Amino acid sequence: MGHQEKQSIVSIIGSVLVIGFYSLYVYRNYIQADLELLNDFQFWGKSFLYLIPVAIVVQIVIHIIFAIANRIITQEDLPDFTDERDKLIELKSIRISHWIFILGFMLAMGSLAMGMKPYIMFLTLISSGFLASLASEVAKIIYYRKGA
Amino acid sequence: MENEKVLISNSIRRLRFFAGEMTQQELADRTGVTRQTIVAIENGKYFPSLELAFRIAHTFIVPLSDLFIYYPENDPVLIKLKAKQTKKEKQ
Repeated sequence: MGHQEKQSIVSIIGSVLVIGFYSLYVYRNYIQADLELLNDFQFWGKSFLYLIPVAIVVQIVIHIIFAIANRIITQEDLPDFTDERDKLIELKSIRISHWIFILGFMLAMGSLAMGMKPYIMFLTLISSGFLASLASEVAKIIYYRKGA
Repeated sequence: MENEKVLISNSIRRLRFFAGEMTQQELADRTGVTRQTIVAIENGKYFPSLELAFRIAHTFIVPLSDLFIYYPENDPVLIKLKAKQTKKEKQ
């Protein structure tokens, strides 16, 4: 297994951990105490805004730990550049993740159009963002195994 | 033509051998790509850009045609050659 595939697996684990723990934290500390918060737009705005830096910091920390562990285990440094194949795979996986997010966005707007509660729209948006990032990493693993 | 399966084989492994058993990492370093990309090209899983193909050819000091061999699946010349080979093997 190449280092790129390992990095994608690490990213998947990181994403699952971030979204899992963040959702649990928000549910236990806010939603459980006051279910009405689900209909509060300010609550959703803050939840989205806090999630972004948390996710970035956790991913950076996880990747640093991975780089150190990889160096110790394999005695090899991770390449500090991306070549043409990496860029091609990156583009292909981004295309897939964009399509998934667009589909999620359409579903989210559809839920509003059908008169569902706004929190369904926000949950669909978060879920599609999460699924899009997972799909991007899974696509990368598949493309790296396939060749490109 | 579009549906025709295109086959491109390469002789990187052979050229590495004749270059004093050059390692994949060494070739990767010389051509500015990762070792995984060289592995993928060598195994015929990835077709490099023209620029990278030229860089590899330049490393081995061979023309591009020595590095990559192109033939469409239904190439009549190849079909004839394969038929001849099979005939010879049977004899």
